[in-house]
Amino acid sequence: MARWPWIAGLAVLAIGAGWFVTRPAPLPATALDGITPDAARGAVTFAAAGCASCHSAADGPREVLAGGRAFVTDYGTFHAPNISSDPVQGVGGWSDLELASAILRGVSPDGAHYYPAFPYTSYVKADVQDVADLIAHLRTLPASDIPSLPHDLRFPYNIRAGLGVWKALYLRDDWVADAPTPELERGRTLVEALGHCAECHTPRDALGGLDRSAWMQGAPNPSGDGRIPAITPAALDWSVQDIAAYLESGFTPEFDSAGGSMADVIHGTALLSDEDRLAIAAYLKALP
Amino acid sequence: MKIRTIIAVAALGLSVTTALAQDSLSEEQQRALNARQAHMGLYGFYLTPLGQMAQDRIPYDAAIASAAANNLAAMAAIDQAAFWVDGTDSSVEGSRARAEIWTDAAGYAQVQQGMVEATAALALVAGDGIDALKGAFGPVGQSCGACHQTYRAPAN
Repeated sequence: MARWPWIAGLAVLAIGAGWFVTRPAPLPATALDGITPDAARGAVTFAAAGCASCHSAADGPREVLAGGRAFVTDYGTFHAPNISSDPVQGVGGWSDLELASAILRGVSPDGAHYYPAFPYTSYVKADVQDVADLIAHLRTLPASDIPSLPHDLRFPYNIRAGLGVWKALYLRDDWVADAPTPELERGRTLVEALGHCAECHTPRDALGGLDRSAWMQGAPNPSGDGRIPAITPAALDWSVQDIAAYLESGFTPEFDSAGGSMADVIHGTALLSDEDRLAIAAYLKALP
Repeated sequence: MKIRTIIAVAALGLSVTTALAQDSLSEEQQRALNARQAHMGLYGFYLTPLGQMAQDRIPYDAAIASAAANNLAAMAAIDQAAFWVDGTDSSVEGSRARAEIWTDAAGYAQVQQGMVEATAALALVAGDGIDALKGAFGPVGQSCGACHQTYRAPAN
């Protein structure tokens, strides 16, 4: 009899610890202190991060981030929200810190977890300065008053609190690849953080976490049919110049042309500098 | 018991037949699939010298560029309706043509028209020097991507 209060106490402790570990954790209030955003640099980060690939309407201009695209997955259908500068339907009313917490921590202004269809799982590795620049650029883009659509997910994926457990398991800000030179470091930022390439090119385990031991080794298409190809040196014998040319024009060395989601990615990488495209290529060629 | 077994066997036989039927194309379907893939292969054949010049991989040659661009424009412009035989979308082995080509024919016609215009513009200037070629080659690539983005399924 006397041990029941103990068990109840342990249960309360376990629940409390669980809540503590899995609660939404936004950026600290001082995270942006001393940072001066540069909207022009942010335009490059915006292209590299591929924001428009999901947040622009499928048939609309890429600078209008009205949302609405549907992504059909094993968990249900996600709808990219309106992140235009509209103060009501978009994110124009959010503070820089709130936007940075969304991008770098996957936490909404009202303290809820975002689903990792939003690749904060990669952006968590990004530099705070890059994200501040990106936010400054977002504020220069047009407003759209189209309301965001709710996601349509199956049980139990429709319970947001469960995402806290998922984040505790999988949200990691350490790099996968070494970057011993400045070019590889830039390439790593573009590939692992901003470009979030692994989100499609790396396979996932049963709970949807990236399998880092199979980094960039190809995976089933997360939002449709077919497979996303492996892009490791073992699987892709293109030269650094071939990869850079593909990221600029969408053409393979045989002059086939990128399709599917990658055609959207090329819209962004086409806007990068030659140096940035070569840095991405150098990173990929240095993978094991 | 016996009747149940017979029904079960018959159902199994039917489902196997259906599965086999989905995997094998009629001669007409296979010919259409081969023809359109050959057509795509020829796009790549004529794009190669143009793209290699545009990417500074080979020296510019006005005669080669002009000939390739004229052929590309001619190929883009021919009527392709006979390619799209029913039952040959990406649900069959060997095809990467998305069902949207059939269900969104107007959208497909629009992106194809984009390629007709981009290749015609390239053919007009491909013999006028490397800068003219580079300027007109970009939109051709974008027209390829615009179609593949929506209407070509990923490889398996």
